[in-house]
Amino acid sequence: MQYAIRSLLGGALAIAGAVAVPGSGAMAQEQVLFVSQGGAYQKAQTIAILDPAAKKLGIKVNQDSAPDAWPVMKTQIASGKPTWDVVDTPTGYCLRGGEQGLVEKLDFSKLPNAAAMPAEYRSDYSVAYEFYSSVLAYSLKKFADAASAPKTWADFWDVKKFPGRRALRNHPIATLEAALMADGVAPDKLYPLDVDRALKKLEEIKPHITVWWTSGAQSAQLLNDGEVDMVMPWNGRVSALTKEGAKVAYTYTQGILQSTSLCILKGAPNLATAIKFVNEAVDPVLQANLPLHIDYGPANPNAFGTGVISSARAKELPSAPENASRQALMSYAWWSSAKGEEAEKRWLGFMQK
Amino acid sequence: MAQSATGQDDGEQRLMLLLAVPALLVVSALVLLPLAWLVGQSFWDNGLSFAHYQRVFSEAVYWRSFGLTFRIAALVTIACLLLGYPVAYAAAMAERPWKALILALIVLPFWTSVLVRAYAWLVLLQRTGVVNQMLERVGLISEPLALAHNEFGATLATVHILLPFMVLPIYAAIEKIPPDLMQAAASLGGGPAYAFRRVFLPLSMPGVISGMTLVFILTLGFYITPELLGGGRVVMVSMVVSRNVELYQQWGAASAVGVVLLLIVAAIFYAVSRVVSFDRILGDK
Repeated sequence: MQYAIRSLLGGALAIAGAVAVPGSGAMAQEQVLFVSQGGAYQKAQTIAILDPAAKKLGIKVNQDSAPDAWPVMKTQIASGKPTWDVVDTPTGYCLRGGEQGLVEKLDFSKLPNAAAMPAEYRSDYSVAYEFYSSVLAYSLKKFADAASAPKTWADFWDVKKFPGRRALRNHPIATLEAALMADGVAPDKLYPLDVDRALKKLEEIKPHITVWWTSGAQSAQLLNDGEVDMVMPWNGRVSALTKEGAKVAYTYTQGILQSTSLCILKGAPNLATAIKFVNEAVDPVLQANLPLHIDYGPANPNAFGTGVISSARAKELPSAPENASRQALMSYAWWSSAKGEEAEKRWLGFMQK
Repeated sequence: MAQSATGQDDGEQRLMLLLAVPALLVVSALVLLPLAWLVGQSFWDNGLSFAHYQRVFSEAVYWRSFGLTFRIAALVTIACLLLGYPVAYAAAMAERPWKALILALIVLPFWTSVLVRAYAWLVLLQRTGVVNQMLERVGLISEPLALAHNEFGATLATVHILLPFMVLPIYAAIEKIPPDLMQAAASLGGGPAYAFRRVFLPLSMPGVISGMTLVFILTLGFYITPELLGGGRVVMVSMVVSRNVELYQQWGAASAVGVVLLLIVAAIFYAVSRVVSFDRILGDK
């Protein structure tokens, strides 16, 4: 009986091996499996970055999408045979993956495009891929001109000077940063975050918060419906509204600049190709293509020097140098540290009080 | 329940058991096994561990959510009962075409997804919503009322979604009550209110109890409705479960919360069954 099972298993393995051979044969074209978050965002990348990169490198870029890649990364590594090569995921997950041995350490000598990017845009395990921003947005029906509108987080907190209904995200990330800026901390002096101080400042504004939003769509809806007069949404959500003609506006001043990054899974099946692909994906010209198709900013600042992005378009992008310099750059290293995790755990207690 | 002694009944019982085997298999595959897995996970944190339970019992956030969840479940159950009983009564007493119409109106919302209904309530209740605009136009209010993005909105929408689960069991129970009984009570001198209280209401109790049980249990697990209408403030146990999956990246951290909820519900039902005999109410011996 036992022998029968073993031979059965052996047979199955042999078949599996036979099936696997053609794909891994030396004759086959080099390929890489790239995973992003799906939807309009992945479609935009396909046109702007993935297809051109595949063509330029002569490789095949296979795609998969996972809105929440982290648990899959964990199970793939736990199974011992990852199938994904390169993942585009919020930068914090790349860092955490690096700490937990789920992600390959990068050799920047093989990634010249990434090496040319600012040091704070990359880590041993990640290269920033695109930028978005948590911004202060407001209704133009309530604040008709820029002069009367709230411009800083201190204004957002000032309920006397700027009466109106407010919404913040039901999550500590970026919200704690905004609270500290409202309390007078300079955008470049935020980290390590003083969580106690931030929560204390948030207690102040809490009675004036109508909604703590959970989804990006909701944040835009609230502003558009007139349910709130000011909100901290992601920039792409507000710019989508303005394109539809909604009477809303936002400022990058004191925005919180956030990114997703590329990282390579530990023991990726196509490691060598994955490294080539990552380098190409942050190529200045391909990066400059991205904002032509979606409201996200390129992660490689050199993209703004390629001439692909018009100066009018650059003004709208979170990572354009003149916009980036007015914002706080989120420290994913802090958020994925023990202190950051502790802050995330404290959030629920704050909401319930 | 029914304990029979005769040999003929024994044979019939065996046949019944045999017929129940497929159903039992399905139930164990789809309910008992996942439940066992859930309980197992809750004791697992890179090895056998009580860490997840320790957290649930030591941190105040969990108890606040449990308290809120049970409070809302009780509120929803009472509201559904007060609203649902008259509707069930009307449906049971109505003549042919009206009966069908009332039942159709009760069942109709079932065909709309919970998500859509939650959004519909948002459209009605929010600051610029239909209700506030109407009240303002009539002149009853000068400032929009805070109807959504709070506990009120979440509770109201939950009542609406769960109302059929109250109405249908009560309707079924009332349908079974012979109309002659009320006439008999009247002929013996009982006024309508007295007859209702002493004859009709007790006979409809099986429906009331099953309706209340259904609504109460379903509310405990509500997620989308309080998420959309609670404005982030109404943190039910279901939301704590999903938060724990995200935060601890381990099923166990979430499973422990689920297991504790299950045990509390079991304890409540045990306590209630000591006071009220379910068998008696549900019409068994």
